[in-house]
Amino acid sequence: MDATAEQLLWMYEKMIEIREYEETMARVYLEGKLPPRIQKGLAFDIGAGPVPGEMHLAAGQEPVAVGVCAHLRRDDTVVGAHRPHHFAIAKGVDLDAMTAEMFGKDTGLGRGKGGHMHLFDPAVKFSCSGIVGAGAPQACGAALAAKKLGRDAVAVAFFGEGAANQGAFHEALNLAALWKLPVIFVVEDNKYGISVEKSASTAIASNADRAAGYGMPGVLVEKNDAIAVFDAAGAAIARARRGEGPTLIEVKTDRYFGHFQGDPETYRPKGEAKALRQHDPIPALGALVRDLGLLDANSDAALRERIVARVQAAYDFGRNSPYPRPEDALLHVFAE
Amino acid sequence: MTTATPAKARTLTMAQAISEATAQEMERDPRVFVMGEDVGKYGGIFSATTGLLDRFGPERVMDTPISETGFMGAALGAAAEGLRPISELMFVDFFGVCFDQIYNHIAKNHYMSGGACKYPLVITTGIGGGYNDAAQHSQCLYSIFAHVPGLKVVVPSNAYDAKGLMTTAIRDDNPVVFLYHKGIMGLSWMSYFEGSTNAVPEEPYAIPFGEARVVREGSDVTIVTLSQMVQKSLVAAEQLAADGISAEIVDLRTLVPLDRATVLKSVAKTGRLLVADEDYLSYGLSGEIAALVAEHLDSIRLKAPVRRLAVPDVPIPFSRPLEQFAIPQVDNLVASVRGLMNAKIY
Repeated sequence: MDATAEQLLWMYEKMIEIREYEETMARVYLEGKLPPRIQKGLAFDIGAGPVPGEMHLAAGQEPVAVGVCAHLRRDDTVVGAHRPHHFAIAKGVDLDAMTAEMFGKDTGLGRGKGGHMHLFDPAVKFSCSGIVGAGAPQACGAALAAKKLGRDAVAVAFFGEGAANQGAFHEALNLAALWKLPVIFVVEDNKYGISVEKSASTAIASNADRAAGYGMPGVLVEKNDAIAVFDAAGAAIARARRGEGPTLIEVKTDRYFGHFQGDPETYRPKGEAKALRQHDPIPALGALVRDLGLLDANSDAALRERIVARVQAAYDFGRNSPYPRPEDALLHVFAE
Repeated sequence: MTTATPAKARTLTMAQAISEATAQEMERDPRVFVMGEDVGKYGGIFSATTGLLDRFGPERVMDTPISETGFMGAALGAAAEGLRPISELMFVDFFGVCFDQIYNHIAKNHYMSGGACKYPLVITTGIGGGYNDAAQHSQCLYSIFAHVPGLKVVVPSNAYDAKGLMTTAIRDDNPVVFLYHKGIMGLSWMSYFEGSTNAVPEEPYAIPFGEARVVREGSDVTIVTLSQMVQKSLVAAEQLAADGISAEIVDLRTLVPLDRATVLKSVAKTGRLLVADEDYLSYGLSGEIAALVAEHLDSIRLKAPVRRLAVPDVPIPFSRPLEQFAIPQVDNLVASVRGLMNAKIY
């Protein structure tokens, strides 16, 4: 199934939006965390600044999010992982509320109780988890619900290649295949589980090969390319909607930033991240849409301007929103 | 002249009461379904789902693989979509293979979503020892679940309460952990305390959470307890009564929410407290109740120090004399209360 002009433009736009969002966060996150504004003797203060806590950025991994989500509807479920912004943006999570959550504000998705690893937007059926591999069984549950309710909705679990060594991953694959659930497992292989290379953590080269052990198709996308992901995901999602069961997809992708912002990246060969940017998937898709006559230089520039303004507005919203009252920490333990 | 004999009240075992509550709620609400190991044809290892498969079919009574992380996570995912799963963890001891889904996700997602998402699900699980199943199949562990914010924790002691509390659990919009003691389920293959099999109305009824029950009134000492230990306490109280000691027994019924008022009222009345618990002694329920009373000594005058009776911080041993020693028995309850009657505060 070839991508339509509308889908191509959507993927291009969303990739730029994700990149703009992550590059902005990379800067904003560092505000207030570096000397001389922090405790003397520290090189970095993780709990300081307007966006405190850990921060895992997904710049470089945009093709995985947009290639899959281009096929999804509002009533399809996505469960993301600890590096969730690209999935959230591609699934249509409210950008203002998501950003406010990272600033810890009352207007955030979780009213400041979740932070960047725990984003919940039930309006578009998005959630994520900071526990590696935990989302896979949860996506099975969403798919089970769709099946029970007679809907043709699907569920997608996104996680890194490190998660494919968790028990939760293997249990989820068995359950999905056993019950023929409309679920798609998408592994983002960005080569590193924090600092450990895939070859040092995983006995086989491609997690897609593991699908055979569970009686489901396994697809390896070898290129960090939106169209390649779009094609693989399209077939898997159509299959799931037809009631033919789950698929496991692994995508070889690139992580431009560290595992988290502030990661000294001592485990990476010098210049690796810079070299990866030579194969940036965004200009590649941009060249395609211009070749197809879907955009020209002027409309491309206008598009980028619109995206920059939208992202900036979300950051302004987050920054300028009020904090929750301290005692609101006591709310929402239980539903009324 | 003939006299009409009054209709004898119907009695059920606790297992029958739980499955009846489940069936009635499944009848009432099509979103409710059951999943877990051997819950279908087998009817649950401890008979908590007996008869449900025949009545509701395999779509709503689902046998799962032995894959607790898989199906606990799936229960969460299904609940997020608006279904109301009842997910059985065969033995509570097995929480170790799936606790991430329970304490990091099922318990916390509502909070982390700022109240935006709801997870209406029930985890049912078998607890307790007394039948020589050793350290990995005999624990109670309810304090661990009660310790984690975001889980309601129900621990019934008899069939009547079990039905009403199970009904409430299924109707609740929050995750509820429902822990039934194997030794009061009324199973045909394990000796049990007959007091747990009692009169249960056929019509559905709900017992609110957070309401402890005074199962026996007394004036000399309060025994705060739960689950099978309630039945042991009732036997002990009869023996104590023969000695002229009047014991009041408070059955907590739910740990989250906890009915603090009933505990405090009873202890204020008797002036003596024994907490009787089948969980481990340290860092658990018995300490929690003792602390509750300690925090209210400005309004309660104790006549004796607080006493705690629980598993003395050892894994549950296999051999009969060892297990009988480790798990508090009726004799221990009687001896503890007698000791309390002789103890003084200086």
